[in-house]
Amino acid sequence: MSSDRAVAAVESAGGATLRSAFWKRLRRHRLAVVSLWIVGVIALLCLGAPLIAPFDFDAIDLGSIRQAPSAGHWLGTDDLGRDLLTRILYGGRVSIVIGLFAAFVGTGLGSLLGAVAGYYGGRTDTALMRLTDVVYSIPTLPLLIVLASYTTADAGSMALTIGALSWMTTARVVRGEVLKLRSMEFVEAARSLGASNGRIIGRHILPNTVGPIVVGATLAVGNAIILESSLSFLGLGVQPPTPTWGNMLTDAQATMATQPWLSVFPGLAILTVVLAVNFLGDGLQDALDPRAEAR
Amino acid sequence: MTRYVVRRLLQMIPLLFGISVLLFAVIQAAPGGPEAALLESDRFIDPQVIEAYRERLGVDQPVPVQYARWIGGALRGDLGVSFSTTRPVSEMIVERLPATLELMGASFLLAAVMAFVLGVVSAVRQYSWFDHFGTGVSFVGIAMPVFWFALILQLVFGVWLGWLPVAGTRTVGATSLGDHLLHLVLPATVLAFRYVAGWSRYLRASMLEVLRTDFIRTARAKGLAEGVVVWGHALRNAMIPVVSVMALNLAGLFSGAVITETIFAWPGIGRMFVQAMFARDYPLLMGILLLGSTMVVVFNLLADVIYGVLDPRIRYE
Repeated sequence: MSSDRAVAAVESAGGATLRSAFWKRLRRHRLAVVSLWIVGVIALLCLGAPLIAPFDFDAIDLGSIRQAPSAGHWLGTDDLGRDLLTRILYGGRVSIVIGLFAAFVGTGLGSLLGAVAGYYGGRTDTALMRLTDVVYSIPTLPLLIVLASYTTADAGSMALTIGALSWMTTARVVRGEVLKLRSMEFVEAARSLGASNGRIIGRHILPNTVGPIVVGATLAVGNAIILESSLSFLGLGVQPPTPTWGNMLTDAQATMATQPWLSVFPGLAILTVVLAVNFLGDGLQDALDPRAEAR
Repeated sequence: MTRYVVRRLLQMIPLLFGISVLLFAVIQAAPGGPEAALLESDRFIDPQVIEAYRERLGVDQPVPVQYARWIGGALRGDLGVSFSTTRPVSEMIVERLPATLELMGASFLLAAVMAFVLGVVSAVRQYSWFDHFGTGVSFVGIAMPVFWFALILQLVFGVWLGWLPVAGTRTVGATSLGDHLLHLVLPATVLAFRYVAGWSRYLRASMLEVLRTDFIRTARAKGLAEGVVVWGHALRNAMIPVVSVMALNLAGLFSGAVITETIFAWPGIGRMFVQAMFARDYPLLMGILLLGSTMVVVFNLLADVIYGVLDPRIRYE
């Protein structure tokens, strides 16, 4: 690997200017900046739930059940007298972590398979792309429902299962990009310097596909949060007493007409975060695409 | 074109084979094997009876043999026997299919009409309040959990306003078509909403591109009414890529039907799928998954063919 060290020395120029250009372009996308703030603040509040939440998430208070939003309980209480705001904060922790982890798994898997298929070509490419076609052709939600019914419903296995079924689009996009990049001169240059295949993929090819990967990953976070809530609706999500936005909505179904706040607020939380994440993805798409410079 | 379609049809064979293998593997991965759900039930206590039943089901055979039997049957339209009802799976699916197709069809039409109006108007009035509003509604449609939207519509239009029924396909005792259509409104709206977003955005982008072309300027220069230019000339060209996306998404409606049918107690395949999941009725789950996948593959082909038919510039070799 000593040749790799030599390659690294040649490579280590540039980068900072590209990054600042990216931030400049992203800042011009006002909606994306606002979304980034919204997601950031909500994520911080949820992660800091144990510090800032006014109550314990499973603190039952039978003296104050089914209260509408008030000064004492900003978002009201459920039928065990648990504070809804507290539960939304704690639920957000689980939902957001599931979203992030599932997106990480799905995007990582997709990038890896796409890069390998595109770079090596030939039979490897054919095999991987046929596999992608097969998984792509099976309706995701029904397949996810069957797989989720096999596993115990903790946040980790939930995220893994969702991630394992959301890599196909990334794989196709990355493969396409890699096919374009593979024959470019800078790849040829790296190869002639003696860089290994793994290094060329990791250091030269994948960084150039970062645009579609980041955009895909961002959208995948929102998608995973929605999928988690769908599975929860069918009783296949993370089980109570651990709150997630999905299972809170599910629990609130029966009391929709009498205590609408119990379902309105968790739903709004999902809507806000997914909406913001999607706007952010939109902004990133423009900011990471160097050809969009002219606009 | 014919040669292209034939070639694509031939390519479907290995794809469907791969899908069937993967689905079979997924079902085999069920905890304790798919037959456990059936054999662990109280109906079977005597070990000898269990053994005899295993033999009858064929699950005492090696897995490849089981697969060969299953796929052999599936090719002849025999998807096995449901664990929960002991009726043929294919019969149960055929029974529920019309309800699902009706819901999918209604949602598709509704989404298409909404997307076309939204897409065309927001392209013609780019950056107007209508355009921004359309963008907002579209994004909300994608970001909302389907069942939450359904619950809110049920609450508002069913419970508070009392305008629309919230479940089932008809009021008990009623036989009129109007009553049935009223039951269709909410589920079709919920299922459609998700797609309005994508399609209208797509159409908007496509319209903006077409509206800038020379033949539109020519049409205007000839003195044609603006309506004719937009809805006749521009839309006909702009909708080509959108229509093929719509055909692709038809299969996605099937996924959405699972949740929507469950909430609105719509007696289709999606609801049956959820019931089969709870009953651990693996032959039925497998049959529905195979049907859903086949639909995806067929709609994919349909999307490409439509593209070729609508756009004479596309040549498939």
